[in-house]
Amino acid sequence: MNALPVLEIRDLSVSYRGDTGTFDVVDGVTLDLAPGEFLGVVGESGSGKTQLLLALLGLNAGARLRGSIRYRGTELVGAPAATVNRVRGAKIAMIFQDPMTALNPYLSIGTQLTEGVRHHQGLRRAQARQRALEMLDAVQITEPERRLGQHPHELSGGMRQRVVIAMALIAEPDIILADEPTTALDVTVQAQILQLLRELRTRTGVAVMLVTHDLGVIAEVADRVAVMYAGRVVETAAVQTLFAHPRHPYTEALCGSVVPLSGPLPARLPTIGGLPPNVAMLPPGCAFAPRCAYAFERCPTAPPPLTTVTAGHRKACYFDGALGAAR
Amino acid sequence: MTDPHSSPTPTLAVDTLSVRFAVPGKVRWLRAVDDVSFDIGHGETLGVVGESGSGKSTLARAVLRLGPKAAGSIRFRGRDLLTLEGRELGAMREHLQIIFQDPLASLDPRMSVGEIIEEPLREFRAALSGAERRAQVLAMMDRVGLLARHLNRYPHEFSGGQAQRIGIARALMLKPDLLVCDEPISALDASIKSQIANLLKDLQQEFKLSTLFIAHDLASVRFSCDRILVLYLGRVMEIGSRATLFDHPLHPYTRALLQAVPIADPIAARARRAEPLRGEIPSPLTPPSGCVFRTRCSLALPRCATEVPPLRTVEGNRVACHRAHEI
Repeated sequence: MNALPVLEIRDLSVSYRGDTGTFDVVDGVTLDLAPGEFLGVVGESGSGKTQLLLALLGLNAGARLRGSIRYRGTELVGAPAATVNRVRGAKIAMIFQDPMTALNPYLSIGTQLTEGVRHHQGLRRAQARQRALEMLDAVQITEPERRLGQHPHELSGGMRQRVVIAMALIAEPDIILADEPTTALDVTVQAQILQLLRELRTRTGVAVMLVTHDLGVIAEVADRVAVMYAGRVVETAAVQTLFAHPRHPYTEALCGSVVPLSGPLPARLPTIGGLPPNVAMLPPGCAFAPRCAYAFERCPTAPPPLTTVTAGHRKACYFDGALGAAR
Repeated sequence: MTDPHSSPTPTLAVDTLSVRFAVPGKVRWLRAVDDVSFDIGHGETLGVVGESGSGKSTLARAVLRLGPKAAGSIRFRGRDLLTLEGRELGAMREHLQIIFQDPLASLDPRMSVGEIIEEPLREFRAALSGAERRAQVLAMMDRVGLLARHLNRYPHEFSGGQAQRIGIARALMLKPDLLVCDEPISALDASIKSQIANLLKDLQQEFKLSTLFIAHDLASVRFSCDRILVLYLGRVMEIGSRATLFDHPLHPYTRALLQAVPIADPIAARARRAEPLRGEIPSPLTPPSGCVFRTRCSLALPRCATEVPPLRTVEGNRVACHRAHEI
């Protein structure tokens, strides 16, 4: 990446206090987001991907954050509320999974859309309304004038997610964080929303960090991918590299568990043995080792650090041989 | 209207099934399932796919005689399920079992795993001794990958994948003739999905189960099903074998659904970039005239607005489209 990152995450940890002591749901994550970049973060439930996004907005209730999150050089971890509030919503906006719960059922679409710009940019009512109409147009909502007066329940699921995207865009943020933005939608509507996100990125140059459990979604939209497991980034690479030459056994196993829609169909699906880890009770060393086909003596000793494989491709795994042999 | 592709004595024969709901406060009806006919042969798995609102779950519930009274007929074990009531219907439930989407929500939290799996035996195999029941429960637990020490645990102690194994064990205890799976793996994590999909497939073969498999995820349907029925606004758009439906889909809706599925291969995904299907599924309260899909169809002709296309056999698939022979 040539341009200075808009977001620099360094050794970020998010910890909660539980019955058995404190545990890290995000553990030592280091990632950059370049201007205009589409970064996909993929992981299963409990991998820490949502907690990572929430941390970027300072929204993990009751958690302790360590490490550093810099937005264009401004440190956000431990920053005064005024600094965080200036960035949050205005410069970094969020799209949630379920548009119905992200929208207030009592307020009209117009009120919800304009709330942000009236607050952050001090626009007057008429100006804000004009911006709202432009945004509804940008997210390809039909009859924008009429929509402003409607309430969320009067819109379809896909339309609601478009409104949520319009809300995120209206303050012209540098970064959009999207948490499983299409998981609650039908596959046909998902295709529309992914296309919309791609177009908006190209047109406005906004950087997008999209979290999903679906490798298909990653392949469709991401430039670069970070794979998370048990709170850590275990592999990061350009999207083509990651799918063609995965170097972490977990990434390889995830790619192998995808059922193709055409071509030869396996009699049995490749599986990853065992269960996803409980972050409150992680094994020592590499958290994936108990499920890993390549694990050896060194793996349970200490968590493997992210090391460079080739420029832009990093993995957190001690095994250096060729993958594929163990399956 | 029988289905020519299944065995001569199907396990289940559904003929011109319609389910309608009264709309509260209005003198009109919502047709959730409209004139649907299909067979499921012995040991066969029929997948039902479609967007939310297509009527998939209503169809499954109608076959189980849950929900409002349906019109048409459902032949099963020499009887029409729609004519049975009370004790006769209750006796039939021994042979009809279901696996639900949310495994934890479908298990009684106050019952132990052993009690949950044993309950069907208590209901329908009252002659068995407690020891015999216990032995059968343990054998089934072993078969679905649960450990004997799980017997006295409670559902909340299990992950989603393990809970689904409990649901599967309960459904198979009575060796049902027909298993209805309503999105059995949709709620599970990627690494667990393949485990459960493999298990279900093994059990289907071992128990020669006839299965009605409801899912919105086309890839899992391709892996699990022998034939597929595509539903849209309660109507059958297309029925075909796995090979013909996935490799040579004829209905424009089937083609659009398949094209909308993200491909977990960034190069193929970017090369494809088809224009997504427009709009969303219309309200079943006001279905379009003629072909219900025509408002989103890029091939629609004036004729499609006036004439309901009948299901015709074209190249081995049964398809309801005026233009199927041109595709």
